[in-house]
Amino acid sequence: MIENQENTVTTSPIEFGLNSFGDVPTDGGRTLSDPETVRLLVEEAKHAERVGLDVFSLGEHYREGFVDSATPVLLAGIATATERIRLGTAVTVLSTNDPVRLYNEFSTLDALSNGRAQLVLGRASQTQSFPLFGYELEDYETLFEEKLELFMKLQREESVTWSGTVRTPLTDQTLHPRMRPGGIPTWIGVGGSPNSVIRAARYGLPLMLAIIGGEPHRFAGHVDLYFRALEQFGLPKQPVGQHALGLIADTDEEAAETWWRSWEPMVTMMGRERGFYPPTRERYELELATGALFVGSPETVAQKIVHMTHELQISRFDLKYDIGGLPVDARARTIELFGTQVAPRVRELLAAENGTDTAHE
Amino acid sequence: MSDLQPTLPTVGILGAGKVGTVLARLLLAAGYRVLIAGSGSPAKIALIIDVLAPGAHATTAEEVARESDVVILALPLGKYRSIPAELLQGKLVVDAMNYWWEVDGIRDDLDDPRVSTSELVQAFLPGSRVVKAFNHMGYHDLDEGPTPAGTPGRKAIGIAGDDESALAEVSALVDASGFDPVLVGSLHDSIALEPHSELFGANLPAEGVQDAVSRFPTTERGLEVAAAREERLGAVVQS
Repeated sequence: MIENQENTVTTSPIEFGLNSFGDVPTDGGRTLSDPETVRLLVEEAKHAERVGLDVFSLGEHYREGFVDSATPVLLAGIATATERIRLGTAVTVLSTNDPVRLYNEFSTLDALSNGRAQLVLGRASQTQSFPLFGYELEDYETLFEEKLELFMKLQREESVTWSGTVRTPLTDQTLHPRMRPGGIPTWIGVGGSPNSVIRAARYGLPLMLAIIGGEPHRFAGHVDLYFRALEQFGLPKQPVGQHALGLIADTDEEAAETWWRSWEPMVTMMGRERGFYPPTRERYELELATGALFVGSPETVAQKIVHMTHELQISRFDLKYDIGGLPVDARARTIELFGTQVAPRVRELLAAENGTDTAHE
Repeated sequence: MSDLQPTLPTVGILGAGKVGTVLARLLLAAGYRVLIAGSGSPAKIALIIDVLAPGAHATTAEEVARESDVVILALPLGKYRSIPAELLQGKLVVDAMNYWWEVDGIRDDLDDPRVSTSELVQAFLPGSRVVKAFNHMGYHDLDEGPTPAGTPGRKAIGIAGDDESALAEVSALVDASGFDPVLVGSLHDSIALEPHSELFGANLPAEGVQDAVSRFPTTERGLEVAAAREERLGAVVQS
């Protein structure tokens, strides 16, 4: 593989992000109210900053049990309560957002946070926003394609002229407040579609792999595709990140039992909507052992992340730590252990490898 | 592969997304010649195929239909009317598609328990022999699951169709790609492989697939399908 001199992505250092969909938790068996959950997110972001994590990101969902619908508003609240941690999304449903509005929200967030705003744009795996905002599901491809084109123009050009089919045209428009030149760090979130990988490369945007089931090494081909596409487009190499679900506890057993109690009903509900059957415990054990779930003790999770840096060449790892009904103290423990034990341990293991392992590709 | 084996058929795949690229890889590994087309020009998928299914030939949907002995449908079901029907006259067609409302939109025509979606596809391709296969297993399980014939616990793929020779050919294809074929019934019965059935998303060996098929009529979905189909029969008798 040809390495670009300027922008070579090394396997170390690695950045760590904490992702939330604003899942409503429980506390001593009581389900928190939506407003309580909103306020909890601010506290959890502060916690993430205290333990040294690099990024705190929120999703965008429109359904019961999730309070992350107004992502930029939440991030603005967090921006004024934190100083260092970067603030992102996981993911922003670009297809049903207005790129102009999105620019305004995130240029404002970037100003408010003193340059800490970033985005992951995606087509979303949940689609409630389509009927809610009056879009047709079958248009998802056109919506994303056109809106990404416009949004990147808005970020990269001073004065924008654009026309398309999904919104009213723009003529010589300059939006305010201005973003920093070139815009804020913007990733493309993909769930396995090869076309989406090519699209990220075409725009020269970093790639966030959302891997929520199955063996992550299946995505090695996608990473290869991404790097080769960048090369073909004559663009510098960009980072690859992984978004995963998980929970960190003091022991593997505790983590596995706690996560199962929330994961099983959540996956059962999602399956009912899409037409597949509830997960079996056997399937779950496989997901823990070799699959996509990062559930375990700090050492187990750290080893699994190090493995991913080899398999998928990732330089960023994002853990979604909340899942409906999870006790607040299990969430807090995950954040604490992720920042104070897992992240340093991964960095330590990678540093040790870099001493001996020069080129395994 | 043994030298005595007769020439394998050329397999064409319509759809170069998650499922299409995985199936291409499996069939290439089994020694088949594979042609594949996406929704646009071959150039658009050339790199994807080069990296994710090296050895497959990226081309147009028309050439796939013309040049292949067997054509696998791995495009979004909602687009089945874009399939080049005339060019598929006389061909064996494998339907690996599912109604997925998040991609296809809400479509009552694709979500009618009285008719399997493969029957709709067969009606659109009257000159082809349609067999349902490769649809019920998640694409990551397809990717991770293939094993040589005879491997204990080998995973199985349910197949359904109305033409015996077509079923035999698809069974051979499934077997060669690393899975045990399990006959599930007619195209009408293939609803037992669709979303909402126990088999949908299942990753089971042959006995497990067989058990799930025999259980189907007593499941919630099986009863719903039966009720809807009886109602239709009743309406036909009355009219």
